[in-house]
Amino acid sequence: MLADFGYGILVVAFLTSVYSVGAAFYGHFEKKQKWVESARLAMQLTFPLLSLAALDLLYLLATNDFNVSFVYEVTSRDMPLYLRLTAWWGGQAGSLLFWSWLMSAFATAVTLRNWDRDREFLPWVVIVSSVTMAFFIGLNVMPFFEENPFARFWASTLDGSVNAYTFQPANSVAFPTPDMVATFDGNGLNPLLRHPGMIIHPPMLYLGFVSFVIPFAFAIAALVTGRTDDRWIRITRRWTLIAWLFLSLGLVLGGRWAYDVLGWGGYWGWDPVEIAAFMPWLTGTAFLHSVMIQEKRGMLKHWNMILIILTYALIIFGTFLTRSGVLSSVHAFAQSNIGPAFFGFIGITFVTSISLLIWRWADLSSEAQMDSMLSREALFLLNNLLFIGILVVCFWGVIFPLISELFTGQKVTVGPPFYERATGPLFAGLVILMGIAPLSAWGHSTIKTLGRALWKPLIVTILVTIAFVAFAFTNREVINDYFPYAIIGFFAVAMTAFITLYEFWRAARARSRAQKENFFISLWRLAGRNRRRYGGYTIHLAVVLMAIGIIGIEMFQTETQVSMSRGQKIEFSGYTIEFKDFYSFKYEDNRWVNRAEMNIYRDGQFLTMLAPRYDVYPDGQPMTIAGVRSTMIDDLYIILVNWEQGSADLAPFKIYHNPLVNWLWLGSYLFIVGTLIAAWPDKDPESLPARVRGKQTPVYQSTSAD
Amino acid sequence: MKRILTITIFTLFLALAFASVAFAQQSGPTDDDVNAIAKQLFCPVCENTPLDVCPTQACAQWRALIKEKLAAGWSEQQIKDYFVTQYGARVLSEPPRTGLNWLVYIVPPVVFIIGAVILYRGLVSMRKPAAMTVAESAPATKNESAEDYMKRVEEELKKRN
Repeated sequence: MLADFGYGILVVAFLTSVYSVGAAFYGHFEKKQKWVESARLAMQLTFPLLSLAALDLLYLLATNDFNVSFVYEVTSRDMPLYLRLTAWWGGQAGSLLFWSWLMSAFATAVTLRNWDRDREFLPWVVIVSSVTMAFFIGLNVMPFFEENPFARFWASTLDGSVNAYTFQPANSVAFPTPDMVATFDGNGLNPLLRHPGMIIHPPMLYLGFVSFVIPFAFAIAALVTGRTDDRWIRITRRWTLIAWLFLSLGLVLGGRWAYDVLGWGGYWGWDPVEIAAFMPWLTGTAFLHSVMIQEKRGMLKHWNMILIILTYALIIFGTFLTRSGVLSSVHAFAQSNIGPAFFGFIGITFVTSISLLIWRWADLSSEAQMDSMLSREALFLLNNLLFIGILVVCFWGVIFPLISELFTGQKVTVGPPFYERATGPLFAGLVILMGIAPLSAWGHSTIKTLGRALWKPLIVTILVTIAFVAFAFTNREVINDYFPYAIIGFFAVAMTAFITLYEFWRAARARSRAQKENFFISLWRLAGRNRRRYGGYTIHLAVVLMAIGIIGIEMFQTETQVSMSRGQKIEFSGYTIEFKDFYSFKYEDNRWVNRAEMNIYRDGQFLTMLAPRYDVYPDGQPMTIAGVRSTMIDDLYIILVNWEQGSADLAPFKIYHNPLVNWLWLGSYLFIVGTLIAAWPDKDPESLPARVRGKQTPVYQSTSAD
Repeated sequence: MKRILTITIFTLFLALAFASVAFAQQSGPTDDDVNAIAKQLFCPVCENTPLDVCPTQACAQWRALIKEKLAAGWSEQQIKDYFVTQYGARVLSEPPRTGLNWLVYIVPPVVFIIGAVILYRGLVSMRKPAAMTVAESAPATKNESAEDYMKRVEEELKKRN
């Protein structure tokens, strides 16, 4: 009953969003503000509707209603309540509903603002949001796509077969039948997904995906209405930043989950699913930088449009890929019901957006000229080129196996070596640019002005790099094939770190001298007065920290696999590892636990005990839990492999030494801080009421006016 | 740079020489020898999982097979070739450099170079007209060197006192 109610609500939400699109179109073309207002209210109505549907689904999940096929697929009786609730996004149908729900929340939030100054944008923001929402709700609602989270099991009275349908077929009874209901159990969520990282990772990613729809909606509104100034960028600046923060966090959490749970000693494997989530981040990051050029100089209007259109397309693409295995082969794609629908939607929205852009092409010409190859805008363009270069590598690597299979029938793998080789130099270039670009001025810079700000940090960088190489040569064991690249990477990272820190220091010292206040208070107030700049610098520092971690694990990781007998000790990367004991037992939730205990020593000193585990769930799904000793210098990461051979007498282990990887996670915390600084609401002209702001606007537009 | 490379290569060479001596003394190939090859191969059944970390039974058997072949004196290349003939090119971590597969290596650099050329030409053409007048007419706040900025910061700070 509740399932049918939920489905009914979804149908109403779908019709409401379709109505909202129609009403907005009608209101716009007939110049009837009432219809636009009605469209806006209809769009806002989808939020309570979808919330109701979501609550309904949560209730079904919480109460183990296995008559509902989605509940059966993602939960089981042994799962704790919080896992049963978060299983909402543990399967495709639920994920789609989650997406639509977030979309409706964001669209509502953005249309609650004061629209007095931007009335002409409203119908188009509503149309873009509602079209996107209608598409996602439509996937849930149309029985053809088989993604209805409220579909129920029906057993045929003719042959007893059980299938999930939205509507009761002829000659069937509900399944499980009343006598089975009490004992019938669900499939249960894949144990690999029962991890805190996996519980927060999808919502973060989806929040990022969904909030990027808002700047896209405004971009389309600006194109259609022909408002060629940077108003749409200013309105959506914080949305973009927050979207970007969530997307970044989603990626980092995914990496952390892989590191903790997948048991292969790494965090990123260049898997198509990972890349699918990474691609919108690349265009989004490029967008975040290049919109600044439009704000400051009134240039690159076409390019910003292209970037946000690409980001939107990649977001839909990413949503689709992360949940379905369609990239594995052409056949999987052809067989999936929603594959063609997604591609159709991406195609139509992309072509429409690009057509709009071409239609407005002439109106979007630059208001200023490029003055110097070393100006900030020129360097930002170079940054964009590098991001797009990485995007091309990723996109091509992801789709090439499909092309190959389609044309030659040969299946190929495009794996990590390809991506690492192709993107490595581009990433290094980005890190260097990240240090230099903030030093250059808008409009005009010369080698001389750059050099003055650059030479001191550069000298420190060279000294530090020499020290690093000297350290490596006194500890020969760290030198490997990657060492030359590591030096380049280290140089780039150190340079950017020192330049950025020097910028902080220079400005804070000047202020503290002038104001005669404490250095740290100066630093604090300076950052407070120019949040965007210093937030950006903080993010750059965070990326540098993350890069240190990445260089550490990518270039200096060592591993070994050994079978050890009880009491045996081995030496590995400066550690002494002793296999102390092994236990195999059944845990209270029926999983079979294999647990080894390892004593770790360094220089004869006992450090800690690690307990790598290999759990086998009742359905046979295994899960590797590494024993990790984590410090800022390195991680010692031990996993139990080939578990069926493990015993107290002889157990096989795989041991990884991951230098510096903790910096990656540390950097991500700083990243959050930096983004919050940059996005923090302050008393800049933008957030003041329009009346006050009116006086200040001319100052802002003076460059673009001439 | 060159010297470091030379030293690195030399060190590697030494390490290899030692490894092969150590190898000769042992009874059979170690798990590390097996993983060194398995790392470069992809599991033929699971999607996108390198063979050295794949937890499935099938992959454990494939690793055992590599061990067997190594013990029989096969070289790394021979083993890889064997896997390719058995399971197709998809077991390699990169497409083999033949026929249509060249596209995977050629397209990204070509696109990147085209992008770089477009960017360069765009910058040059944007710079040509009236480069000087803009620099002069633009207001100071938008167009300042780092030092000017510092001056302005200090001035503003003084004003506030």
